[in-house]
Amino acid sequence: MAANSETLTRTRRIVVMFATLLLFWFMLMGRVTADALIVGVIVSLAIALLFPSGLSFFTEFRATPAAFVAGVRYYGLFFKELVKSNLRLAAIVLSPSLPIKPGIVKVRTRLKSRMGRLMLANSISLTPGTLTVEMEGEWLYVHWVSVGSTDVEGATAEIVAGFERYLEVIYG
Amino acid sequence: MFSLLYLLGAILLVGGAAFLLSGGIGLVRMPDAYNRIQAGTKATTLGTLLTLAGIACLRPDWALKLLLIGLFLLFTNPLSSQVLARAAHRIGVKQAPQTVIDRLEQDLGEKP
Repeated sequence: MAANSETLTRTRRIVVMFATLLLFWFMLMGRVTADALIVGVIVSLAIALLFPSGLSFFTEFRATPAAFVAGVRYYGLFFKELVKSNLRLAAIVLSPSLPIKPGIVKVRTRLKSRMGRLMLANSISLTPGTLTVEMEGEWLYVHWVSVGSTDVEGATAEIVAGFERYLEVIYG
Repeated sequence: MFSLLYLLGAILLVGGAAFLLSGGIGLVRMPDAYNRIQAGTKATTLGTLLTLAGIACLRPDWALKLLLIGLFLLFTNPLSSQVLARAAHRIGVKQAPQTVIDRLEQDLGEKP
């Protein structure tokens, strides 16, 4: 039974990988023709079979309605944060006194899945002002241009909590 | 010739260029490697995304490919900036005098 479900997970992973690759291939081609389809299917299948343990966007994705809602909300929050912190960073850079207060703080995440942690680290790095430097299990070391709080709890609440709330539902 | 979409594209392009400029100024003004990585790679994320959106408005037939470029940018940008920062910290690049805390250095020091 255990071996059976393992095969199922493996198969599912390969199918998800194959579908993602094929989607990217058609976005790149911009049109669907017979030869494009044949080449795309062969190459996608080869890559999916050769690298079955690779992470893809939908690895460990929970295909529930709640996860989709959280996904949409997550992207809303993400782009809002991106614009807000970009403006803040531009203001810092352009002000003559250069009011920065840099430092590396330590934060903790509740996320368990690999993909969830990857997305969290990427989100932190993508929002200007915070940059993930090192990851060790549940601990993340984040470089922060204007440090708000130096203790773990305060920094976690300011940097991680917003993204984590949605990623927890999407990936767990 | 002149349409609303064209105007929107032009505005987006100017906005993107403004963020890219702020990223460039940040690269010159920031005091140490870590802050330069922040300014150089982050302000450019939004700048490049706005530029891509602007081009998509001017050339709607390119939209799908531009979206793909945007996606790849969102996936590769944090990766490269994180690896740069980690490498800088591992070889011991000095931080600016304004730095208030370095928890990573403290934790590394505690380990045997």
